[in-house]
Amino acid sequence: MPVITTLEKAVREKLALVKDPEIDSVSVLDLGMVEQITVDGSSVQVKMLPTFMGCPALEIIKANVENKLLELDWVENATAVFVYDPPWTSERVTAEGRERLKEFGIAPPPEKIGPDGAWHVDCPYCQSTYTTMDNIFGPTACRSILYCKQCKNPFEAMKPVSTMM
Amino acid sequence: MKSAQEAKADQNYRATLMELLYQLADDDFIIAFRGSEWLGLAPHIEEDVAFSSINQDTMGHAAIYYQLLEDLGEGNADALAHGREASQRKNAVLLEEVNGPGHYLKKPLYDWAFTVVRHYFYAQAKKIRMESLKNSSYQPLADAAVKINMELYYHLLHWKTWFTQLATAKGEAPERMKNAIEKVSADMGGVLTLGPKGEEMAALGLIESEEVLTQRWNSEMEKVFAPLPMSLPAVKMKRGDGRSGVHTSDLDSALTTLSEVYKQDPVASW
Repeated sequence: MPVITTLEKAVREKLALVKDPEIDSVSVLDLGMVEQITVDGSSVQVKMLPTFMGCPALEIIKANVENKLLELDWVENATAVFVYDPPWTSERVTAEGRERLKEFGIAPPPEKIGPDGAWHVDCPYCQSTYTTMDNIFGPTACRSILYCKQCKNPFEAMKPVSTMM
Repeated sequence: MKSAQEAKADQNYRATLMELLYQLADDDFIIAFRGSEWLGLAPHIEEDVAFSSINQDTMGHAAIYYQLLEDLGEGNADALAHGREASQRKNAVLLEEVNGPGHYLKKPLYDWAFTVVRHYFYAQAKKIRMESLKNSSYQPLADAAVKINMELYYHLLHWKTWFTQLATAKGEAPERMKNAIEKVSADMGGVLTLGPKGEEMAALGLIESEEVLTQRWNSEMEKVFAPLPMSLPAVKMKRGDGRSGVHTSDLDSALTTLSEVYKQDPVASW
């Protein structure tokens, strides 16, 4: 068992280096996309959860994960597969991931959604709460476009996604 | 049924399940294509961004269903999406219809009212379907429905907002919406039907019956129409049942366009 734990740890360290192709401050681990790591001898399988199904970055992420794991001396086969169960939800973004998103100028997903589906995020630049929604649909499937009336910057936010919707 | 392996062992179950998957896949696929023809032509820049995002999500949903079909031994998902003839398609006729006269590369005279009504009616029907599919006897489909439903939430919100705002706006909008509602209702029956195998689908617990789903769709519509200065005409299937392979020439031309690149080199890796 301790051997497997060490190997898994090595895998996780590598996965921490696989960044979102469009947000290079966050890794697939930060985004909560990694569901399960299975090490079997020299083979590694990583079960991953897609954020949005139509995301064109999925195939790139899959290839990046596999190539990164092949950098480990002992890995001969690396496969990343996308599964839908459990579904990815925005709650899966880690505390570290939330900070890294802000660094990139993207507000992390709101922690609470109102009963009517309304949600609110603060400005990732000046932390002001005086923000307005510009477009719920943003430049990628997982983001919305907002505007900060305090520092007068447009910014993006990770869309909240929950099974309650 | 927990897996494709189990479903494959039961020929009747597999055949009925595939019928349903083809309907779900082909519906999303063709309406995502029609939606994407609006790129650069939507009423304003924010709508262009939103509509593109919705089309991308919807194409992603079609891709899940084609993948589920591939898992059942139907062949490669890309080939299922691009390589099938019109007569093999199970999408509703309403969803293949052109956005309006003209061509997006030349002089598109697309009708935004028709698009809003068609997409809103479809998103609502899809929502009801997803809620039912969450309890599907085929677990991989139930899992997919949970995922799709979360994205669909935003689509439905979007189209409902457009629908109610245009229906209650000043100027020509309500009149154009009324005409679009007439037009869409005449073929909406083709979206709501589960086709010739609908009863078997319900009997196998794949999805609830067409009657139950249609009833839910009608009651949602009644709520939305109640405060509006217009009413919902009887829903019909004027141009035939796409689930049985009945289609219009609009589908042929769409397939020619969308499969053009794929057919140049079907084995190319993207």
